[in-house]
Amino acid sequence: MSKYLIDKFLYMIDRDPELVERYREDPRGTVTWWEAERANTVLNCHGGEASTWQRFTDEEREALAAHDHVALFSLGAHPFLTLTLFIAMFERDHGPLEYQKAFGARLAHFSMPYPDIAT
Amino acid sequence: MATVVAVIASTHHPFYYRASTATGEDRPPFADEWVRKITAFRETLTAARPDVLVMVGSDHFHQLWLDNMPQFLVGKAPFYDANWYNEEREFGLPKMLLKGNEDLSAHILRAGLDEGFDLAFSNELRIDHSITCPIITLRPEADLPIVPIYTNIFAPPLPQPKRFVQLGQTIRQVIESWPSHLRVAVIGTGHLSLELGGPRQFGPHGPDPEFDQKAVEWIATGDLERCLHEVTLDSLHSPGNATHGFMDFMLMMGVAGAGRKADYVDSLDLFHTMEAYFTWYPNGVDA
Repeated sequence: MSKYLIDKFLYMIDRDPELVERYREDPRGTVTWWEAERANTVLNCHGGEASTWQRFTDEEREALAAHDHVALFSLGAHPFLTLTLFIAMFERDHGPLEYQKAFGARLAHFSMPYPDIAT
Repeated sequence: MATVVAVIASTHHPFYYRASTATGEDRPPFADEWVRKITAFRETLTAARPDVLVMVGSDHFHQLWLDNMPQFLVGKAPFYDANWYNEEREFGLPKMLLKGNEDLSAHILRAGLDEGFDLAFSNELRIDHSITCPIITLRPEADLPIVPIYTNIFAPPLPQPKRFVQLGQTIRQVIESWPSHLRVAVIGTGHLSLELGGPRQFGPHGPDPEFDQKAVEWIATGDLERCLHEVTLDSLHSPGNATHGFMDFMLMMGVAGAGRKADYVDSLDLFHTMEAYFTWYPNGVDA
């Protein structure tokens, strides 16, 4: 598993307004593009110093491509990252706090201890 | 030597700015009471007449990231740009520019290292709502220079709770050894019980009111012994998955001193998390 790479995807998308919209509109295409073009970017290095080995597992790739925040939670994605990005994409379609509460309700079957978020 | 004129600990609810500035139908029903509480809290800093603010907070994956995560980091820059696109997006926070105090930053780094904390530093730090929220609530003029100190309460593995207390004690000692006539206030923000991205988020209260009650009592009475006895990295998961931010409150108890009762205590039970406000005057309010 590559929890780090899931978190890196969520982090890099959340920081970029254009990528937030792209991921909302075309999640599968964005995940495919990002894994091919961005996953091995070493942050704070220029392109020539890219890493070569990072890729998603099939389960991780599918969770991201399906906007499946419940699966991401179960995989140990950092919940702050998932929440902020998903609010950015979907809060607009709902009333005040409606999306945030529904987001929590969909996780109701989880009890302590939650999946470990250490990368 | 510099004087620590106030030690202030608070939550940093990012919805305050929007709630307090909203009008008409957009203004939430709790806004007026919240503003009243904040206005009274603000006066506790104003009364101390500080010249410089040491601000303890935690980056929320804005600048610090898992490729290179410091546990404790001191900003050393002449200015700090503040608030990020996704904070503007979610909370309506404004962009801000705060002045730094590089001399105090350098002193904290040198003396902190000498006291056994391997502090990271940044000369190009952009700060987020953990530091701008207390500026907005406590010093909206944003006219005082700051020294930001970031802790990792967010990305496991985390330092142990006692380490936060020790850092607070060291910060106090180090500031008081700074060869300056300036009056320093130390302001830190953390969390009581809080859940983010989990099943207990955004409830009508914080996820664990019982923990909140105990935590407020520990802080108000300076009961570090009880607090350290009951709080561990593991136990902090129970009150909510983001409750590790409570360790920044523990850091501030370290700054204030063990057994030192807060001179000002207030709280406000809000949705999502409980607001809490504490002020200590180490040398009395007129010192």
